[in-house]
Amino acid sequence: MKARIHITLKKGVLDPQGKAIANALSHLGFDGVEEVRQGKYIEIDLAGSDSTQARAKLDAMCAQLLANTVIENYAVELEA
Amino acid sequence: MKSCVIVFPGSNCDRDVAVALEASSGNAPQMVWHGNTELPRCDLIVLPGGFSHGDYLRSGAMAARAPIMRAVVARANAGTPVLGLCNGFQIMTEAGLLPGALMRNAGLKFICRDVFLKVENNGTLFTRRYQNGQIIRIPISHHDGNYFADPTTLDRLESNNRVAFRYCTSDGVVNAAANPNGSLNNIAGILNEAGNVLGMMPHPERLIAPELGGSDGRAMFDALAEQLQCA
Repeated sequence: MKARIHITLKKGVLDPQGKAIANALSHLGFDGVEEVRQGKYIEIDLAGSDSTQARAKLDAMCAQLLANTVIENYAVELEA
Repeated sequence: MKSCVIVFPGSNCDRDVAVALEASSGNAPQMVWHGNTELPRCDLIVLPGGFSHGDYLRSGAMAARAPIMRAVVARANAGTPVLGLCNGFQIMTEAGLLPGALMRNAGLKFICRDVFLKVENNGTLFTRRYQNGQIIRIPISHHDGNYFADPTTLDRLESNNRVAFRYCTSDGVVNAAANPNGSLNNIAGILNEAGNVLGMMPHPERLIAPELGGSDGRAMFDALAEQLQCA
């Protein structure tokens, strides 16, 4: 099973990298960019076929290591 | 004073802090590899600066889950003093020993220079040899030192006098201009609730003697050695 995990900064957490990207986009002439938030994307290949178990396991992985829940949210997508 | 310095792959201030500890206490610390699960008996544990695991994922994230960290957290909770410097502070927040997080510097650049710090709480094992309000010069050297905590946590830190050091100007003014990295409330170092855990981004171990360019960091190690002798 393949899992796709998106990790994003929580609302209210400043994202200086996102701001710098937004600036660079405007320097390139892209107008209308109101906000950029940068996050992380992680792919995990997981053995087994029980998606409920996989989800629980992935959730624990995110909470314990992949995301810092003080500042980040995570979302897990599971592909059979 | 018997101390332990935890060494992670990518630690690079472990030897500096070992020199500082030995200079103040007369005893060389025991260097403990991150993969160990047991900690020797000691009066002080230091999580040194560096770039453990190459700062992969988040600074300190991997190191905080190293086998030795279970023992470090257990000792900290039992009252053993633990000092985290730079990467050590990042590891502490990742391990839950201290609240909040250290994010990318607001200016996005790696900063390596001396800064001025205002001593905000000298009622701790670590800071007893400083005066409250004293201004000290200590180097910083980090990319991720931008202290963040949610408003409730920040309020708790402030109201319980748990901010140990703040970035300030050379004459002690705490303002945005003196804030190198965007840290909330100019926070450079914080304490845990019990006061036995200090995490700070600046490097006191780098300025412990005039020939190194300054000695404002020395008082921290002298204070620890004095209070933890023969403990």
